[in-house]
Amino acid sequence: MKWSELFTSSVGKKFVMGLTGVFLIGFLVVHVGINACIWAMDDGQMFNRAAHFMGATVVIRILEVGLFAGIFLHFIQGLMLEFQNRKKRAIGYQIPMANRGSKWYSRSMGLLGTIILIFLIIHWKQFWIPSRFTELPDVTYDNGNPAPVHDLFGLMKETFSHGWVVIVYVIACISLAYHLLHGFQSAFRSLGVYNSRYLVLINGVGIGFSIIVPLAFAMMPVSMYFNWV
Amino acid sequence: MEHYTMNLTLKVWRQKNKKDNGHFETYSVSGISSEMSFLEMFDVLNERLVVEGKEPIAFDHDCREGICGMCSMYINGRPHGPWEGTTTCQLHMRAFKDGDTIVVEPWRANAFPVVKDLVVDRSAFDRIIQAGGFISVNTGNAVDANAIPIEKDKADTAFAAAACIGCGACVAACKNSSALLFVSAKVSHLALLPQGDPERKARVVDMIAQMDKEGFGSCTSTGACEAVCPKEISITNIARLNAEYARAGLTTDK
Ligand code: HEM
Ligand code: SF4
Ligand code: FES
Repeated sequence: MKWSELFTSSVGKKFVMGLTGVFLIGFLVVHVGINACIWAMDDGQMFNRAAHFMGATVVIRILEVGLFAGIFLHFIQGLMLEFQNRKKRAIGYQIPMANRGSKWYSRSMGLLGTIILIFLIIHWKQFWIPSRFTELPDVTYDNGNPAPVHDLFGLMKETFSHGWVVIVYVIACISLAYHLLHGFQSAFRSLGVYNSRYLVLINGVGIGFSIIVPLAFAMMPVSMYFNWV
Repeated sequence: MEHYTMNLTLKVWRQKNKKDNGHFETYSVSGISSEMSFLEMFDVLNERLVVEGKEPIAFDHDCREGICGMCSMYINGRPHGPWEGTTTCQLHMRAFKDGDTIVVEPWRANAFPVVKDLVVDRSAFDRIIQAGGFISVNTGNAVDANAIPIEKDKADTAFAAAACIGCGACVAACKNSSALLFVSAKVSHLALLPQGDPERKARVVDMIAQMDKEGFGSCTSTGACEAVCPKEISITNIARLNAEYARAGLTTDK
């Protein structure tokens, strides 16, 4: 068996999806944790400083490159799988099987992922590019660290003052929730976890994660739109 | 359960041969007993077609007792019909009521081409088995079955996996036409037993390679296979296969 087969056979492709999926889940934990600082009720000070830290060190910059590689691998492989798999049944059924045996969202990973991808492009344009490349107004906090940091909090408040943006973000979060509801446990199966004692745990944690994390993300634009922070 | 008779409308896929485009044909059947099996209902219809001088509907069947896996029919949007854990031959007409319309289609997957009407070519499964679904034993005196100790739990799990009859319903149900439930049942059955250990790595690698060559899709763990499997093979076998595959890929010699 060639090394490449481990990642290019039908089972190997699933390893790629599972590995990148788990990696992206890890990233979501960091991302939601940092963003939750907006609820510190300090006019964004804690959040701006945390966001600054996430761009400040070489280690994190390297992780960021890894993150992009992971996302690209994930969606390119995911979309390729979707299209290859569809071609395996040239003539379909008169009566589709539909929900007799599987959940709609488990069959719609490609669609849900595509919605997330479209959202990501909007999201990068709104936040990642301004914070990394173009100029953003700085703010300085006089508690210990005098260096100015980008006012990402201000950018968030301005962005989420538009209702359509909030709606786009909420739709993306719902898509993410369903993507994870299937994806979380599926990823571990893809990676070969079969012991029922772990599967029970993974199923439970997966459901909790898929509800709590997207809900927390969705609450961010919502709380800004309604001026709760 | 009370016995009753019913009149039904059948919409059946008719296709002359591999090359024919095929079409649905509608038949009315009457006086069908609730005690009949689904295949017996087809027998009644076929006898009538023969008497009328028409070509009977071709369908696969052999044991008619749920153990050979031949009776592939996709009935009203579900392989093997509405009952869980049941093959088409074990599906009884009491699953339906008077006046029902029943749509019967062949398994659909590129890897299972239609040969005629409801008969599909499942030799792809045979070739996957030939690639590794066996153990090599030199003949000689029969070994005492109890000579090799096996943990009870493992023996039970292996036995449950060995129940797969190779019917192909898992492929027919899967949105990706993946054969992974079938392959994982065969791989698990042998990987769990000491007799399967010597060829464990090569087996999973070769069977997956053959599976991919046959044109089945890849698993996205939707669970449709497990839901329709007449032998209730657990989808956990697929996770075990994934682990077997990773282990083989990472530790194989060549
Ligand atoms: C932060 C965003 C995302 C996260 C956390 C995520 C997470 C996951 C996870 C955990 C899986 C399960 C993997 C497996 O079953 O082995 C998965 C599957 C999948 N993802 Fe994503 N995903 C994200 C974004 C995307 C995007 C942008 C796309 C692109 C279009 C996408 C497309 C897919 C597809 C098609 C699958 C199904 C593949 C399969 O089951 O084999 N995902 N995702
Ligand atoms: S796993 Fe179940 S559905 Fe698939 S071939 Fe075996 S018995 Fe049939
Ligand atoms: S005819 Fe043998 S299982 Fe149905």
